[in-house]
Amino acid sequence: MKKGEKRNEMTMRFLSRSANEAFARTAAAAFIAQMDPTVEQIYDIKTAVSEAVTNAIVHGYRDTLGVVTMTVRLFETGLAEIVIRDKGCGIEDVHKAREPMFTTGGAERSGMGFTIMESFMDGLTVRSRPGKGTTVIMRKLLDVKQQA
Amino acid sequence: MQLQYELREGRLTAHVSGELGHPEAIELMARLSRMIEDHLPGEMELELSGLEFMDSSGIAVVLQAARKCAACGCRFWVEGTPAQAKKVLTAAGIHRLTHIR
Repeated sequence: MKKGEKRNEMTMRFLSRSANEAFARTAAAAFIAQMDPTVEQIYDIKTAVSEAVTNAIVHGYRDTLGVVTMTVRLFETGLAEIVIRDKGCGIEDVHKAREPMFTTGGAERSGMGFTIMESFMDGLTVRSRPGKGTTVIMRKLLDVKQQA
Repeated sequence: MQLQYELREGRLTAHVSGELGHPEAIELMARLSRMIEDHLPGEMELELSGLEFMDSSGIAVVLQAARKCAACGCRFWVEGTPAQAKKVLTAAGIHRLTHIR
């Protein structure tokens, strides 16, 4: 996926509180709106961001409180790149965690978070080290209009 | 997230509106579960036309309500599903397990 020249970038840091899940997805959607994407693309990004941030809060930090960092980069080619990082417990087996229906979160989690991220975005990379944290990189190519 | 419900002639209709993420899903699962146990309906409709956003947390809500209804011999379906929520449920294959309209 060609990135091209960077058009804009933002980074935000927030505590791993559940109230910040809605805040993060809304902030990402608001920032990406400057690219004039379709409504469906905005919803796809909101959904994927919600999954990644919820994973960081519910699984990464479990019963502890930590900092989640979200960076959104926009490129002239229409590519939006979203990086969500935590310094929580990490994932033992990333390949297994990405399988549909796999969860360590009990009955209130469907185990479909990574499947949704993969389906709704054009690219997904997950890097994790047990005890060190997890970084999720998602990319989506937007139908973008040329900037004046 | 708001939940309102009505019970008419053995049919329980639960109207869910607003945004449904992880914290709201935990609350909603508990409330729906209690509702089914209290009323033991013959049919249950989960009505989502007022839903503005749903992530995979909503999948757990639908699956749990469907299982609870099946255990009680109650017919269950999802009605009025907005496009975004339908895309989430379809990506997870939930439309193969329960009726989604």
